[in-house]
Amino acid sequence: MDAATPAPLVEMRDVSIAFGGIKAVDHASIDLHPGEVVGLLGHNGAGKSTLIKVLSGAYKRDGGEILINGEEAHIANPRDAKRYGIETIYQTLALADNVDAAANLFLGRELRTRWGTLDDVAMEAQARSVMGRLNPNFRRFKDPVKSLSGGQRQSVAIARAIHFNARILIMDEPTAALGPQETKQVGDLIIQLKAEGIGIFLISHDIHDVFDLADRVAVMKNGRVVGTGPVTAMTKDEVLGMIILGKCPPGATPGPGAMAA
Amino acid sequence: MSALPETSSTAHLVTVESPVKRFFRATEIDTRLLGMVGALILIWVGFQVFGQIITGEGVFMTSRNLWNLLVQTSAIAVMSTGMVLIIVMRHIDLSVGSVLSFIGVVTGVAQVYWLAPWLGSDSSIIWIIGVVVALGTGAVLGAFNGFLVAYAGIPSFIVTLGGLIVYNGAAWWVIRGETVAPMDANFELIGGTPSGSWIGGTASWVLGAVICLAIVVGIFSNRSARARFKFPQRPIWAEVFLVVLGFVVTLGTVWVVNSYPWPTKVAENYAADHNITLPPGGADDLNFVHGFAFPVLIALAVGVIMTFIATRTRFGRYVYAIGGNPEAAELAGVNTKLITLLMFMVMGILAGVSACITAARLDAASNSLGQFDELYVIAATVIGGTSLAGGVGTIYGAMLGALVMQSLQSGMTLLNFDSAVKDVIVGSVLVFAVWIDQIYRRRQA
Repeated sequence: MDAATPAPLVEMRDVSIAFGGIKAVDHASIDLHPGEVVGLLGHNGAGKSTLIKVLSGAYKRDGGEILINGEEAHIANPRDAKRYGIETIYQTLALADNVDAAANLFLGRELRTRWGTLDDVAMEAQARSVMGRLNPNFRRFKDPVKSLSGGQRQSVAIARAIHFNARILIMDEPTAALGPQETKQVGDLIIQLKAEGIGIFLISHDIHDVFDLADRVAVMKNGRVVGTGPVTAMTKDEVLGMIILGKCPPGATPGPGAMAA
Repeated sequence: MSALPETSSTAHLVTVESPVKRFFRATEIDTRLLGMVGALILIWVGFQVFGQIITGEGVFMTSRNLWNLLVQTSAIAVMSTGMVLIIVMRHIDLSVGSVLSFIGVVTGVAQVYWLAPWLGSDSSIIWIIGVVVALGTGAVLGAFNGFLVAYAGIPSFIVTLGGLIVYNGAAWWVIRGETVAPMDANFELIGGTPSGSWIGGTASWVLGAVICLAIVVGIFSNRSARARFKFPQRPIWAEVFLVVLGFVVTLGTVWVVNSYPWPTKVAENYAADHNITLPPGGADDLNFVHGFAFPVLIALAVGVIMTFIATRTRFGRYVYAIGGNPEAAELAGVNTKLITLLMFMVMGILAGVSACITAARLDAASNSLGQFDELYVIAATVIGGTSLAGGVGTIYGAMLGALVMQSLQSGMTLLNFDSAVKDVIVGSVLVFAVWIDQIYRRRQA
């Protein structure tokens, strides 16, 4: 990103959050620009999911600030985050298993008739159109999500995130439940969304995925950011070194979590 | 993402699907519901035959008994519509019986000790104020329960277990164990006991016709809405079947309640009061019939309203979503705490409705009103197919469950069963029904 770039789409500054004395995220700073994919890497428990849950409103931060388009954003719950155009695909998918695809797609944002009742037909129509784009073979609009396959559930979760004109998309292990062909489809989708100017945080522990799709990577270890840098300036081995040892290579900007050289 | 195997497996299914399976898929009839209806018929026929053998006279399937059965079911059925949604949300409300008793006592005291002396005992607005007091008290107590569960984070089991004890004591405390009676004359009509607390034959047929019309309109509007978006439709024969089924159930019920004539004495008094000359055969030849009783109509209306809330409103959608995955609902931006509070408030209001029915039916209020009702309501709900794990349950199922429970109770009462034996049997049936349901669910999965 060159110096002439305007304020980033998202900037999280010195964000901290602790659970019962354990600092899950410790003064982490990270940013994201429009049309950019930032890969967030680290071991299980490194704090990646916690950090993005602060952004998506699931957790309330203890300290630090979040700026959207250079202005301070007040995000205290998921509703606030959605108002800023932040959509999240959670690792657990966060679907209500007992209701159908359309009900999940519109959960919290139901379409209503002029009498204020649920407009199920209109919701099913839109669900059919967005699912038709993501997963043309999807037919089971009347079944509870519980009875769908892993890939189908994933496509419902993705459909929910992209249907409402997201500007910032958080994908937490979006391909964890998918086979190779479906994983490739998610990759194609990321490229398409990126071209539409959406900023994407891609959380993964698979560095091959991240190298293929991300413009930059940020690595976390023990709740702290080890370093951030463009993928072109680093090798996979160097990134692995960041993940495992916390050693920041010359191609990356070191963070507070970088091992003292 | 790609779901190629799905289409092929669907195609595969179509070819081997048995006619029975195809029938249930096309009509979208809940097979578990069918099982419950089967159980109900079995119970009814069983008691009829059993009565025939033991007493020489089967009285279970007489219009009189079935009419009474419906009236007796009303109070539990009303509360079961709320308990379904509470349990769907993964909560429980053990306090409804005590809340009912407390509300009954409060509205009784309000009518007899305050309103009657103040407005005159023949005032026609006493019953309205009495009902408003009952529903208002229910709303407040329910909201308080809901507040403790949602905002204070106390498990609903504990909050409402405490409530069970607290309101039981509070009901006693309000009237010091006395019985308040009689209730206001108009209020009494809510209970379905005195003359005038039923709508008669003609009005019942009209109501039946209106319900039939509503069924047809409902099916047509659903078809036209789906046609507008070019969605797949149910086959015509399935729609016709559903309409016919709806007609048979509706008109059959009207026929039963309209077959129950007024007692001779009541008809004679009515004839005397309205200057009707008695026919030669006596008052019975006037052919006065009961038709639907008010408590039954109240229960039906509550069922319709609660089904509407559960399936057609955002609130209902959120209740089910929270039950399916509370965390997902929260992450989707649903205000889960507020929904929880409101749901307990609705439950409280329904307890208020049932309190009116129960107090009016007994024409008295005492602190023993509604004792053990929480257990019957929960049992009815569970027999009606509501999963205690949350997320699954229907209003009509719970109301049918209430009818099953009441059928067992009154069937055994008719046969002079000892009340201890009744308890043993009702409790065992509950456990047995849930066991059968578990087996059925496991087979389906």
